[in-house]
Amino acid sequence: MTPEVAIVGIGIHPFGPHEGLTGLDMAVHAARAALADAGVGFSQIGFAAGGSDAAGNADTTVARLGLTGLPFINVKNGCATGGSALTTAHAMLAAGAADLALVVGFDKHPRGAFDPRPEDWGIGSWYGETGMMLTTQFFGMKIQRYLAEHEIDPSALAKVAAKSFRNGALNPNAWRRTPLSESQIAGSTMISHPLTQYMFCSPGEGAVALVLARGERARALCRTPVYLRGVALRTRRFGTFEVFSPSISVHETAPPTTDAAIAAFAQAGVEPSDVDVAQLQDTEAGAELMHLAETGLCAHGDQEGLLRDGATEIGGRLPVNTDGGCIANGEPIGASGLRQVHEVVLQLRGAAGERQVPGAPKVGFTHVYGAPGVSACTVLSR
Amino acid sequence: MTETTTRLRPIVDGLFELDGEQLVLAGSRCTSCGTVAFPSQGSCPRCTSDTVERHLLARTGTLWTWTTQGFRPKSPPYTGPEEFSPYAVGYVELGGEIRVEGRLTEADPRRLRIGMPMRVTSLAVTGTDGEPRVTYAFEAVEAAE
Repeated sequence: MTPEVAIVGIGIHPFGPHEGLTGLDMAVHAARAALADAGVGFSQIGFAAGGSDAAGNADTTVARLGLTGLPFINVKNGCATGGSALTTAHAMLAAGAADLALVVGFDKHPRGAFDPRPEDWGIGSWYGETGMMLTTQFFGMKIQRYLAEHEIDPSALAKVAAKSFRNGALNPNAWRRTPLSESQIAGSTMISHPLTQYMFCSPGEGAVALVLARGERARALCRTPVYLRGVALRTRRFGTFEVFSPSISVHETAPPTTDAAIAAFAQAGVEPSDVDVAQLQDTEAGAELMHLAETGLCAHGDQEGLLRDGATEIGGRLPVNTDGGCIANGEPIGASGLRQVHEVVLQLRGAAGERQVPGAPKVGFTHVYGAPGVSACTVLSR
Repeated sequence: MTETTTRLRPIVDGLFELDGEQLVLAGSRCTSCGTVAFPSQGSCPRCTSDTVERHLLARTGTLWTWTTQGFRPKSPPYTGPEEFSPYAVGYVELGGEIRVEGRLTEADPRRLRIGMPMRVTSLAVTGTDGEPRVTYAFEAVEAAE
C-alpha cells in the first residue's frame, strides 16, 4: 500500500494585480507562509517542486528561502503545473526520498496575456494567421455542443458565474470581490457565443505553496493533517475534443479529466458521491458545468437540476468552487491548481471563515484542465 | 466561392488542393487502421503506425459545433485586417470520418445551428507579408444555392 502523504502547511499570496511585486516575490511569500503554518524551517524540507508559466523559475526562490542544497524540480506544464508539481512531490515522499516536501505554484500575467504561438503547440502558423489560435473559441465551441447535446438552457452559464462572484466576495484572497447579477453577466460583451465577458476568468497573479509530509511525520507535526488520498495526472487519448485542434476524431473517447478523476478516486478508494467539497477548473462558466459531469460528480445533463436546487452553493449538497474559482480569483496559470488544494485544506480544517462549508466536510476533490489536453485531479480527506 | 479567391496563393501549401475552382481539403489516412487526420501527418495519432497515405476529405458535411469571435485576435499570430468584423468558427463533420475546424462564412449566431448542412469553400485572408491569401472555410449549403 502507498504510504500516507499529508498536507501539513498551506500558504497563499492574495490573487489579483499587485504592482511592484514579481511572481517570485509572491512565491517566496506563499512558501514562507506554508512553512510557518507547518511549523518547520526550509532547512528541514527534503524535496521541492514548483513552477510558473510566465513568471520565472521556481527553484530560484532558494536564494531567498535558503541555499540548502535540496533537490528542486522546476515544472512547466500549463494549467496542470501545480498539479504536476504536487504529483511529483507526492511520488517522491511515497517513494521515501524525503519526509517533508514543498510545492509552490505562482504566476503573474499582464492584462490580456495568453497569446500562444501555434508553432509551440505543434500546429502550423496558418492556424493563428487565420484567427483560430484562441482558447476562448474552444471553450465556446465545447459548451455550445454540450448544451445542445444535453438540452441544457444557456441561462445555466450566468448562474454558475454569479455563484463564483458571490463566493469570491467572501474570500479575502480573491481578486474579484464584487457580486454580479445573472443579468449583468449574461448582458456583458459577447466573447465567443454563448460565453460573455463575465463568464470568463482573466489572466491574473498569485502564488500558493504547500508543505507535504509522510504520514508518521505528518501526525507528529500537525493536529489537522489533510491526507492526499489520490493524485493523478493524465494527458489526452485519441478521440477527445481539446483546445488547439485543427481537427478531431468522430470516434469519441473520454477526456483526460475523466481519466484523471477515475484514477484519483480509485487510488483514494473513494466514490465521487462521497465528495463534500470540490474545486473544478472554471476557466469559464461552461467548464465548471462540464467538469462536474466529466469528473463523475454528477451525471451528464443533471447540472441544471443541481443549479436549481442550489446544490453547488456553499450551503448545498455539493459545494463547488467555494473560493470563487478562477472566475473570481483570476488565472495565474502556475498557481491555480494549488489554490484549489489550498481551499480544500482550509475547508477540511474548518478554517474557511465566512465561506466555510457547514457540516464539517471530510472529503474534498480538486481538478485542473489545460492545453493541449492535460488534467490533474486530487482527492483529499481528513 | 469565387474564381478570384481560389486564384490567390494558399495560406500554406499542402492544406488543400484545387479541383478546378473547387477547394478540397487534403488530409492523411492510416493504411493500417484507416484513421483520417487533418492536416496530413506522417504517423497515425490512433495506432502510431507510420504508414499513411494522402487522403482527400469529403466536401460536404454537417456543423458539429460553432462559436463566434467577438474581438480582434492579437497579432501575431493573427494577420487579419486592423478593422475587425466579428466572425464565426466551427467544426464540420466531413463524410462521417473527421471533424475539421475552420472559419465559417456566416457570422450571425441566429443563422448557425448544430447539424446544419455545410460545405467546403474558400476564404480570402491575409498572409504575414500583408498580401492576400486563400484558406479553406465552411459555408451553409442552403446559403450557397
